[in-house]
Amino acid sequence: MTASPKPLCLAGGRVICPATGHDGIANLMIGSRQVTGLGDAPPPSHAETIDCTGLVVAPGLVDAGVFRADARAFQMGGITRAVLMPDQTPPLDDPALVSFARGVGKPDVWVHPLVAATRGLLGEELAELGLAREAGAVGVATGRRGIASSQVMHRLMAYAASFDMVVVSHAEDPDLTREAVATEGEYATRLGLHTAPAFAETLAVARELRLAEATGVRLHLRQVTTAEALALVRAARARGVRVTAGITPAHAMMNETALAGFRSFCRLSPPLRCEEDRLAVVEAIADGTIGIIASGHDPQSQEAKRQPFADAAPGMAGAETLLALGLTMVGAGTLRLPALLAALSTVPAALFGLAGGSLAPGQPADVVVFDQNAPWRIAPDRFAGASNTPFDGLPVAGQVRRTIKGGDVLWQV
Amino acid sequence: MASAHHPDHPALAGGAHPFPHSHLLAISALKPWEMLYLLGEAEKWVDYNRASARTDHRLAGLTQINAFFEPSTRTALSFEIAGKRLGADVVSLGVAGSSVKKGETLLDTALTLGAMRPDVIVIRHGSSGAVQLIAEKLDCPVLNAGDGRHEHPTQALLDALTIRRRKGRIEGLTVAICGDILHSRVARSNFQLLASLGAKVRAVAPPTLMPPFIESLGADPYTDMAAGLEGVDVVMMLRLQTERMAGAFLPSTREYYRFFGLTEARLARAAPDVLVMHPGPMNRGVEIESAIADDIVRSAVTEQVEMGVAVRMACLDVLTRGRRGIEGWTGGAA
Repeated sequence: MTASPKPLCLAGGRVICPATGHDGIANLMIGSRQVTGLGDAPPPSHAETIDCTGLVVAPGLVDAGVFRADARAFQMGGITRAVLMPDQTPPLDDPALVSFARGVGKPDVWVHPLVAATRGLLGEELAELGLAREAGAVGVATGRRGIASSQVMHRLMAYAASFDMVVVSHAEDPDLTREAVATEGEYATRLGLHTAPAFAETLAVARELRLAEATGVRLHLRQVTTAEALALVRAARARGVRVTAGITPAHAMMNETALAGFRSFCRLSPPLRCEEDRLAVVEAIADGTIGIIASGHDPQSQEAKRQPFADAAPGMAGAETLLALGLTMVGAGTLRLPALLAALSTVPAALFGLAGGSLAPGQPADVVVFDQNAPWRIAPDRFAGASNTPFDGLPVAGQVRRTIKGGDVLWQV
Repeated sequence: MASAHHPDHPALAGGAHPFPHSHLLAISALKPWEMLYLLGEAEKWVDYNRASARTDHRLAGLTQINAFFEPSTRTALSFEIAGKRLGADVVSLGVAGSSVKKGETLLDTALTLGAMRPDVIVIRHGSSGAVQLIAEKLDCPVLNAGDGRHEHPTQALLDALTIRRRKGRIEGLTVAICGDILHSRVARSNFQLLASLGAKVRAVAPPTLMPPFIESLGADPYTDMAAGLEGVDVVMMLRLQTERMAGAFLPSTREYYRFFGLTEARLARAAPDVLVMHPGPMNRGVEIESAIADDIVRSAVTEQVEMGVAVRMACLDVLTRGRRGIEGWTGGAA
């Protein structure tokens, strides 16, 4: 890392820090790669001052679950830390691979890998979770698919609990969803697609919750997308199960009708649901049942996506659009801006035990500065990398003006 | 018969284009009068095909490619005969000869075919939506000869033509489609076409082979075959793929025949003048009793094959009118 940059003053913006509860116009002072102060004191004369009048100044986003460490896309999206899924080539099922993955984004983006729960993500033998934790894994993940064997899952949770590692689960019954590319419903029937019932998620979530309750492990359900499963999560939290739920903007903003015309960019995992389930997701974001909003950033090549729907790879590029889509939810009244920023930074940072997600003095100077109201149209040809977004062409408000990582301005418009 | 709905009928005067589509990809994309227009056009070719002298080579000089990425005998043959009978130069590409097997992507194959400058392409593919994907990349008319479980529009048209010629109408009839509806593109196209033209349609299948929300395609679901056949004017049987046993959809073919086979006893529940249809190839003794299949009064199975050629001739003719410079016709995906 290069020498510490000049002290910086982000002046006159609306500084929102969900960790400390601060929300108001203030000057944010940065020095020695850390937040040094927050208030209305004028900046010292040797500091570089950036006028943030009319802009929001918030902790850099902590993206809880990406499939690719895409530094440029993260910078464009205001993301300063990303939790990396173990679904890499090869899968992150070995401490050495975890250690390597940890370094891939530095210094621009800090990547915090999750270790694969099982060797090769095959759902059979446990990976070396304890050694991986020492190598820098911030949690354990089942990967893109759930673990079919309840016995393996039970042992995984019991073992991970002894290291206090978060278990991140993809909760869909792997057997029911084996060939499925869509949720059972009118649209999939019309299009003649292989489907699985939406309750494939209910079954898996029920099992994960019961096992988490039995083992005391911290469980994070990366995406909970149905009304039934959300009801189970609410009930489990009420009786003290240590469970958190996440979502990506797609399931909060789109439903199965987006599949019309076989749009392979809308082939996601879990698949898009019916409107009733989407509304349940919105409600769960509003009431805090879903506490983490992540991009699920999973860029795919043209070759992988320009295929017949069922043959196309699932996943979407999401890093560049995460904040703007979140702000769309704020605009729709689903949640307030500080709550959105908490779901995008403070809550995931706390869950995975990361620095950041806070603008308290002494915290790393990871900051995003954005214009809450600046309109733009999602145009994948302006993306840093792959262009597979189901939101192609959607008008949104909210543009990242500066992404600051450890006091360095990495991106500015 | 057909004239009441004929496109030359004054109801369609005033410059309305009778078939404003570049491709034929799905019944779901068609308006009822467009379906009737194609049926009316096909009707003209039925008698022509039965005549000995066939001199109408209106597609002479045009190149038709039949690209079948999934095995097919009768549909491929039917499209080939339809094209040749109209004078087109027909080239057929079977799955065995395709570079898909050599790892080429579907879109690259599509662009390669397009670069040969064909005038019309007929495509069958095993994935739902694949034909539409290819059509978006080609600048010539594309006919869907079956894509995955999605649609098989010319089969639905030929079935409708068969019914209309036998029964004199479609509107008001009750049609039961029986068998493996879950995996059937034929059923999906037929439900939509027959319901659009005013028939009452029923879906008769065991629960494991019945797609959810089949009502949205206009069909009433029945899991009891006897009830499903009660009073119907037309019974359309679907082929049961024997590999369905592996997926735990069904226990055995004999159990299927016991509860869902079309037998004389079950057929007695239908209207006395019931018409029996099957898209072929039939599994005798699995979904249909041999004697019923061979009954020339009630069975329309061979007639369906005959109507298939006429329907495909009509579709090839209509979709290439734009590029043949027929007055009033534009497009043809030019």
